[in-house]
Amino acid sequence: MREVELYFGPQHLGMVGNFSITLKVEGDRILEATSNPGYLHRGFEKLMEYRTWIQNFPLVCRINVVEPDHMEMVYAMAVEKLANIEVPERAHWIRSIYLELARVGSHLFGLWAYSNMLGFDTVAQWAMYHRDLILDLFEELTGGRVYHIYIWPGGVRRDFPDGFANKIVKTLHSIGKCVPDYDDTFFNNPLFYERAHDIGKITQEEAKEWGGVGQVLRATGVPYDIRKVEPYAAYNKVDFKIPTREEGDAYSRIWVIRDELIESVHLIFKLLDNLPEGEVYNRVPNPFKWRVPKGEAYVRVESSRGELGLYMVSNGEDKPYRVHFRTPSYPHGLTILEKVLKGASIADVGNAMISLYVVAPEIDR
Amino acid sequence: MDKKPKNLRPLKALRYLFKKPKTLRYPFELKEPAERYRGLHLNDWDKCTGCGNCADICPNEAIEMKEIAEIEPEKGEKNERPEIDYGRCCFCGLCVDICPTGSLRLSRDYLHIHFDPNTFKILARDEKTDKEHFLPEEEYSIFKASLAHRKENYEGFAPDLIYALFDPERIPMSQIPPEERKTSFIEQVKGFSQEEATREASRCLECKLCEDACPAGMDIVDYVRNIWDNNLEGAARDIYKTNPLPEICGRVCTHNCESACALGHQGEPVSIRWLKRYALDNIPLEKYQKVLGTEEIESIGKKVAIVGSGSGGLAAAYYLKLMGYETIIFEKLPKPGGMMRYGIPEYRLPYEALDKDIEYIKSTGVEIKCNTTIGEDITLKDLRNGYDAVFISTGLHLGRSTGVSGTDHTDVFQAIEQLRKVTMGEEIKVTDKIVVIGGGDVAMDISRTLVRLQLKKFGTVDITVSCLETRDIMPATPEEIEEALEEGIDLYPGWGPEEITIKDDKITGVVMKKCLRVFDEEGRFNPEFNEEETMELKGSMIVEAIGQAPDFTFLPEEIKKGLEYEGRRIKINEYGQTSLPWLFLGGDLARGPDVINAIDTGHKAAKGIDRFISKNE
Repeated sequence: MREVELYFGPQHLGMVGNFSITLKVEGDRILEATSNPGYLHRGFEKLMEYRTWIQNFPLVCRINVVEPDHMEMVYAMAVEKLANIEVPERAHWIRSIYLELARVGSHLFGLWAYSNMLGFDTVAQWAMYHRDLILDLFEELTGGRVYHIYIWPGGVRRDFPDGFANKIVKTLHSIGKCVPDYDDTFFNNPLFYERAHDIGKITQEEAKEWGGVGQVLRATGVPYDIRKVEPYAAYNKVDFKIPTREEGDAYSRIWVIRDELIESVHLIFKLLDNLPEGEVYNRVPNPFKWRVPKGEAYVRVESSRGELGLYMVSNGEDKPYRVHFRTPSYPHGLTILEKVLKGASIADVGNAMISLYVVAPEIDR
Repeated sequence: MDKKPKNLRPLKALRYLFKKPKTLRYPFELKEPAERYRGLHLNDWDKCTGCGNCADICPNEAIEMKEIAEIEPEKGEKNERPEIDYGRCCFCGLCVDICPTGSLRLSRDYLHIHFDPNTFKILARDEKTDKEHFLPEEEYSIFKASLAHRKENYEGFAPDLIYALFDPERIPMSQIPPEERKTSFIEQVKGFSQEEATREASRCLECKLCEDACPAGMDIVDYVRNIWDNNLEGAARDIYKTNPLPEICGRVCTHNCESACALGHQGEPVSIRWLKRYALDNIPLEKYQKVLGTEEIESIGKKVAIVGSGSGGLAAAYYLKLMGYETIIFEKLPKPGGMMRYGIPEYRLPYEALDKDIEYIKSTGVEIKCNTTIGEDITLKDLRNGYDAVFISTGLHLGRSTGVSGTDHTDVFQAIEQLRKVTMGEEIKVTDKIVVIGGGDVAMDISRTLVRLQLKKFGTVDITVSCLETRDIMPATPEEIEEALEEGIDLYPGWGPEEITIKDDKITGVVMKKCLRVFDEEGRFNPEFNEEETMELKGSMIVEAIGQAPDFTFLPEEIKKGLEYEGRRIKINEYGQTSLPWLFLGGDLARGPDVINAIDTGHKAAKGIDRFISKNE
């Protein structure tokens, strides 16, 4: 049969985000897949070298559209580490609650992407609606729905408004009530099983070797989570589980996401129960006269897609000297995706890609 | 685990067909934004000072400061207001958190519907000053929603001092406590340590409102930045560009800069005065000439005579010297410094600080001839003939009297004279019960000097100060009043003297009448009293400190006649030049009275004299 080269994306059914994959196919079998990033390159890392430490805040969150909050967190942590800034206890807890809300929102968004791609439009609509409820919470806390610009060095930007904790509980309960519906309609749906199982399957060894993190690694049985490995914010103050599965395919990855979503909600409840009183912000120097001491820092957090790292160098100026993000989608979208697509059918490209939780803006920064 | 589920349960979802949809039918169904919503800007034009910090912090350069012709800025403010380009704005709210006045907020409005993309730019206003574009609920329509069609009272993301990006609190200055300081004339303010100075300097937002307010137009932002950078020599160079008496100004300046400081609107202004003092305190006098590059000044062979060695005279002499003029200062009193030495008490301005500034000026080649009175030792005519120009800054060394009955008594004194005597080391009369009349800085200076002398002589303090003005409009600087009260004076603001009571040729007190107002509707000094309401302040000695006057007795008649006048003042141009082109006037005679104004008149006169001599203008 004749070999054909196909462009899958950036405009293609099943492709979400500005990303494309070049496929060499024979019939509908993929012989070779090459990821083509670059459709969304905005040069954030360079831009950040031209903005002051505070001015970078409205910028970093835009790197990952789906989940800006962990970007804020990782940047704040790096600045705090370089400048030796203490964060008040309550701010640590609020950060954890806020980041878990972000995880819930992001997983719901991911669920929308995946179910929508598979044709489960009903579930996709539910997930989108429920994500919107989370965005309402963010709006109330920070004033912004998508880009919150809330965590910054020294703590968080504002304390909880009155009655906000109750609102979080209420909202999460209203979403939680729908979990049986999600399960019956999607997670326990035989069609989902048929479409997802054995798709994009990798072994534990392969996942480790190819740099898999987050759900990709956890779906192969490794309980690897930065919140446990290197706790930050208030994650070492409360107990929570790391959901894992053994199979390493799309089906298990989506199930890990589902379990993680529920675990995050429980985690938020635990954090809210023990939320200490006190200050939430230690003042940082005047932004026009703020030089961060010379040095370099590598910090990492567990974003909803896996380990998110930031390497930042300061040479004692009012702006960072060099910024580099290690984003989870980078190995997932560029290495693992190419490997798992070999031998797959064209119909499964979007399926494999979204199950790897690839978000294009994280790859092109 | 990997088990294929089998059931018909997914069909359960069908029941959602019969539920009410969640989608809002915009614009008929609207979702109310949260209270903290970061929407379109609001700016209170009355509160906004035009400092431009919002424009400086904006990461997208979405804010531009636009000059508004209709606004007449108050002193230390600008008539500029932020214009927001919503094509660039990312609604991060950094501008709100940096706004020192708290005038800039975000509203819950977020809609802009318009066919013209140029309408994306708008001057941020709020309903307070812009009734036209901010409409009440009933007049507002979502179909017209735009930057120029907004809801009133629709506040969103608001500034909060706790989370502000600037630090509203200044670093406290260590001072000697009142109980200790009133026993001696030792300097009250201790000065900053390096760490304190760096932290205080780091509060500066660099908006330059202070520079506009400074009578001498000092490069405040530059030197504060250099102090923050621990580059004190650089700071000294910035300071000496416009002020040759920084050790003095760093202690006793009336700090118009701090009154204008943007941070002062919601918090405390940057301690600009103490920072200036810190910079110079930490450079030894021996290094001054090297640091300031004045080791060798080439002479241009022209000579200028200066009468009076106060701040005006010293400033003029220094800047003329820098331009190459041979300058000589004639001083009547035994030591140079004028009112700074003979008026300001030592606990506020110690002589070492004063001498340091003067010694440096002398080291550049300025000659100061003390104990030389014009008209007696040398005449103005001699100066006219021997020099290319003459600068007069003799200050206001005469006291004014209230003129009420009894003021001719020998135990009624003038504050200015008494202060001068204290500096000269002469003994002045101090009784155990003293009344001071006046509410300015001189009144505070004499009261606090007398506190110290009384305490030494009698071991107790009994000083009553009374003035026409009420406490809120007293002309003395608030901290001076506060410190005087701490040292134990009794203050009676809002009273005017009626007569001094004398019994057996001895003063027993002053009868005071209630002052109803000090200034009339036109703002002129025109006090009005309630003659019915009186009280007596007991005291065996009275000191008057109600104002100062110039002494022009040294001016010969023909020169007095040759001058033009504006009212009672001698007419001068912006350079201090009188109608006799070779004669310049400055110091307290021209503006003030205070040190920084005098310095500026000296500096301007130096430029004017150079203009006169080199271009004959």
